[in-house]
Amino acid sequence: MADKRKYVIPGDVVTTGPFRPEQNVILDGNKIISTTIGISEIYDDSVRVIPLTGKYIPKINDLVIGKVNSHTSLSWELDINSCYVGFLPAQDVFGRDFSAHADELATKLKTGDLVAARIANFDRTRDPLVSISDRDLGKIDSGDLIAISPSKVPRLIGKKGSMIQMIEEATNAAVTIGQNGWVVVSCESPEGLLKAKKSIQMVNEQAHVANLTDQVKEMLDKKGES
Amino acid sequence: MGGREATMVLMDENGKRCDGRTVDEPRRIMIKAGGLKNADGSSYIEFGDNKILVGVFGPRDVHPKHMSDTDTGILRVRYHMEPFSVGERKNPAPSRREIEISKVIKEALEPAVMLEKFPRTAVDVFIEVLQADGGTRCAALTAASVALADAGIPMRDMVAAIAAGKVADTVILDVNNEEDQAGQADMPIGYMPSLEKITLLQLDGVLTPEEYKKCVQVGVDGCKLVYELQKKALNDKYFGNKGD
Repeated sequence: MADKRKYVIPGDVVTTGPFRPEQNVILDGNKIISTTIGISEIYDDSVRVIPLTGKYIPKINDLVIGKVNSHTSLSWELDINSCYVGFLPAQDVFGRDFSAHADELATKLKTGDLVAARIANFDRTRDPLVSISDRDLGKIDSGDLIAISPSKVPRLIGKKGSMIQMIEEATNAAVTIGQNGWVVVSCESPEGLLKAKKSIQMVNEQAHVANLTDQVKEMLDKKGES
Repeated sequence: MGGREATMVLMDENGKRCDGRTVDEPRRIMIKAGGLKNADGSSYIEFGDNKILVGVFGPRDVHPKHMSDTDTGILRVRYHMEPFSVGERKNPAPSRREIEISKVIKEALEPAVMLEKFPRTAVDVFIEVLQADGGTRCAALTAASVALADAGIPMRDMVAAIAAGKVADTVILDVNNEEDQAGQADMPIGYMPSLEKITLLQLDGVLTPEEYKKCVQVGVDGCKLVYELQKKALNDKYFGNKGD
């Protein structure tokens, strides 16, 4: 497993030797150099750096929260908090018998609507293609949107979802986390909603703290008593 | 630039320079990463009496669209001096000198930034010189590199910069305004310390081949000092100075 965790900045030599460079590292001769600010992790045969800053770059199969920017007669454009816009074709929503004459896109999704979507396809030549035709995907009707740093999403989820499970259980809220750093929280009780939002912000601000799960738990418990 | 006749004493008999520094001593340098909320990355540098603020945006959509490149991202740099940054009011419109420095800084950053990861996007670097005192291009380049790292733009290495030069027939490190005006040569150097590569090298003045080599060496050594401070600035922001 990961050993020798190190704080690195661009240009720092993470390690030397026969390793496979994975995320955010480059190979220069036999030196493995970090390309971003983050925490380096060395596995048995590979090296990666977990970034602490940066924009969201779409990856296939990522769940993202998108906001409808605009639409043409054939597709919607989603703001997915990235340097690229998400492209949602009308067929995905209306089915294969979609007709540009008969169907009006605004009846399904309007500008400003939030959607949970999955990145269906993305390569460097085209804008990311997103899809909402799956379980748990589609228009989000209620909830509050919170924007956190995309690099802190893994921290909010925690190991095997431990962090987010804890928050959900303690507050009875339903939390949808987009890999792009947008999070939708919905909860029936206003206190639960407030608490969940506060804990998510706390994770965002203190992502680098070691025993964050305990601290968040403490915060959630304390609020529950009062 | 300006008259070259050394009317002022640039180096006294003890080898001390006009501001009391030794030949290979840089000015006081303070770098801070972050600070601007609305920018994706930012930094502030005080390099002697130079005060420079840098904001970085991106990667983001390119406007106008025809500037975008389908193969790679593009880097856009604007170096700008505030009207109050110098003694006599500077016209805020971009001057010939500012356009040149913008280009030079852009080209010095390009080898470090891995824009090929973000085709059809742009990274914008805005450099505002709040107070100028000689060597702003080096200070600006140093700060821009910190701001790019702060924005999370993938980089092969940081770029550190400092000027070397020659006054009173002696090779010196970190040329200040007086030495720039009255000295014999000024050589700004940008350097990637881990990759050991030079990304910026200009020379204004006359040097012998030996002096030239010495100047480059002195400059590269100076860049390594600057690099340590860049590292410290980023460590302070991201790791609370726990980094090594």
